[in-house]
Amino acid sequence: MDLRFTPEETAFRAEIRAFFRSALPEPIRRKMVEGRHLAKADIVTWQRILNAKGWAVPHWPVEWGGTGWTPVQHYIFSEEMQQTPAPQTLAFGTHMVGPVIIAFGNEEQKRHYLPRIRNIDDWWCQGFSEPGSGSDLASLKTSAKRQGDHYVVNGQKTWTTLAQHADMMFCLVRTDPAAKKQEGISFLLMDMKSPGITVRPITTIDGSAEVNEVFFDDVKVPVANRVGDENKGWDYAKYLLGHERTSIARVGVSKERIRRLKELAALEPAGGGGRMIDDQRFRERIAEVEIELKALEMTQLRVVAAERHGRSKKPDPASSILKIKGSEIQQAISTLLMEVIGPYAMPYRPDIEGVNEPPVGPDYAGPLAPTYFNWRKISIYGGSNEIQRNIISKAILGL
Amino acid sequence: MDFDLSEEQRLLQESVGKLIADEYEFEKRKAYAKEPAGYSAARWAQFAELGLLGIPFPETLGGSGGSAVETMIVMEAFGRGLVLEPYLATVVLAGGILRRAGSAGQQRELIPSVIAGKLRLALAHGERQARYDLADVATSARSAGESWVLSGRKAVVIHGDSADRLIVSARTAGDQRDKVGISLFLVDAKAPGLTVQGYPTVDGLRAAEIQLENVKVGPDALIGERDRGLAIVEQAVDAGIAALAAEAVGAMTAMHEITVDYLKTRKQFGVAIGSFQALQHRAVDMLVSLEQARSMAYLATMMAEEPDTAERRRAISAAKVQIGRSARFVGQQSIQLHGGIGMTMEYKIGHYFKRVSMIDTLFGDAEHHLKLVAEAGGLVDPL
Repeated sequence: MDLRFTPEETAFRAEIRAFFRSALPEPIRRKMVEGRHLAKADIVTWQRILNAKGWAVPHWPVEWGGTGWTPVQHYIFSEEMQQTPAPQTLAFGTHMVGPVIIAFGNEEQKRHYLPRIRNIDDWWCQGFSEPGSGSDLASLKTSAKRQGDHYVVNGQKTWTTLAQHADMMFCLVRTDPAAKKQEGISFLLMDMKSPGITVRPITTIDGSAEVNEVFFDDVKVPVANRVGDENKGWDYAKYLLGHERTSIARVGVSKERIRRLKELAALEPAGGGGRMIDDQRFRERIAEVEIELKALEMTQLRVVAAERHGRSKKPDPASSILKIKGSEIQQAISTLLMEVIGPYAMPYRPDIEGVNEPPVGPDYAGPLAPTYFNWRKISIYGGSNEIQRNIISKAILGL
Repeated sequence: MDFDLSEEQRLLQESVGKLIADEYEFEKRKAYAKEPAGYSAARWAQFAELGLLGIPFPETLGGSGGSAVETMIVMEAFGRGLVLEPYLATVVLAGGILRRAGSAGQQRELIPSVIAGKLRLALAHGERQARYDLADVATSARSAGESWVLSGRKAVVIHGDSADRLIVSARTAGDQRDKVGISLFLVDAKAPGLTVQGYPTVDGLRAAEIQLENVKVGPDALIGERDRGLAIVEQAVDAGIAALAAEAVGAMTAMHEITVDYLKTRKQFGVAIGSFQALQHRAVDMLVSLEQARSMAYLATMMAEEPDTAERRRAISAAKVQIGRSARFVGQQSIQLHGGIGMTMEYKIGHYFKRVSMIDTLFGDAEHHLKLVAEAGGLVDPL
């Protein structure tokens, strides 16, 4: 038992950190620090820089552009990226559909899509949730009827993140309405330019337009765009949802946000002549989150270290613990980041292109309250915290 | 980065685990508590036979030279069994002070007897007015020629009533709350002028109030450098907190298992109550809290002997906060999920609850250590 990083791992961290510092364009880093929305071009630019370095998809098999790093190296890479702070690669490609294609796709799909995902030549979105199928995802109704070498898709997806930019969607559709609900689902790759697809934005409570509704009206999708077997899509979806273990807790994001919080607490007046950082109660509230975060970091490292023993490819229920605690901590930090600016949490300045109200108050104040509202999503997406508790209850506790 | 135990450590874990399973069943523990010392003389002798009392001491003195990891393994198992014996007081706290700061003569005289189970020790440091401030020492040591004369009162000395020797902190210089000027002395429990008032604690263990009235000790009683005792006490307390963190994790693991088992067997409305989602989610939240505590117990273990004092104290305080918070949540919910049976003295769950609650109180509760972490600037440093 030795919880220190090896000299090699420490050197690896230094290498990663130095690269991120020099390679990430400063305007993108500033947006990240200030909590502003990134443009599509920001994410594309950064992912292509990573791809040129060979680091866009480090977790993929080496033959498809992965790095062959150890689980600890992956963890360090991900943590450093979050701490820089640099944008994540587009997860719908690199962390979701990519691994599914690698595991279950055919050779032609791999050769066509994987290099394009790596270089973000296609912008991918995820067609899972439907208006009637949220936590009960397997009840989804979007239908795909086979007609010759095509499926004809009808129905609706929702909460489709950044679909407004998307070239492609990976989509769960019902191909056998008569089968048990988990057994009649297939996994399709759809071109978003196909006739019959309509994308309609949903404005969320923070004023941002991240998510969309997507409607399908007799959309033709080639059978060749199905991943794996017909009616086995649920297995692939489960694989996808349980795949990510090294960064689900977003420890690096939380560390970076705590640094930002302390920076702002040192600037913000607390009344009575002091600053917020001098307020003992406020400092203790920050310390409380830092302690939870330290514990989560250790818990995450326990999971990462256990992967060395070649744990199975099956979803690890420990990821559910990381998801619950990681989301609670991020939300607690976003609360403190809103509280720290006091009354200047109030002026509403939606950070959307085209809105150019003259700023009031400190220039860093604008995104803080909207982020607080936006980050409520973290305990909802990817399987709500209540669903995570159901998973742990069943898989770990046997209840 | 490696959380695995070595082969030897796994063997230790197995053998202590078996010892606790065989000899520390709940009904046996009740009988041990009724013995004169408040714990089992036979178990203490068995710990010595198995080498448990020698774990942290160097091989040259008859110990096995183990690290904080070996202590963690033992304490976690002791937590499962709610062990009553003075392992923390004798081996971890006072024994730790002798190991780190004792003279060669003191070590040769005392440590082999500790390892053999023939000498029990206690650390008499805390005082009523100090609460959790380790630097607040009013007990005085006046020099009288070559000797020292100690006077004062020590509060809630863990296992102070069964100790053969005490390590007493006393002020040899400075004001009551000065960091410099505290010295440590070895005092025989039967020394003239020393009064020990022993009592049971709410968790079923023992402690004592200790009064010193002109207790005379010789020059060889001084442990470590004169006036520099605080750092020695801090290091001992930090290692003690790491050990208690492991004990708490052992106790919480047992509580969680017992509670989940109860949810599977207790039937109401014609079904096991574990089929109700409200209770399932509570049990999950307990697990999350327990795993967070386990992670921090590992951190505390790794930092228990860290020479960088500021880093060590910050990590240990952070661990103590997490342990305290988790102990309260897991403890309270264990009682709640059991319902009425959890309230009874005859059922074991409440005894775990009481032990982990007292662990929170020992050496500073969660609120105290949260303040220390905040004062140290938190845990996330600038990049």
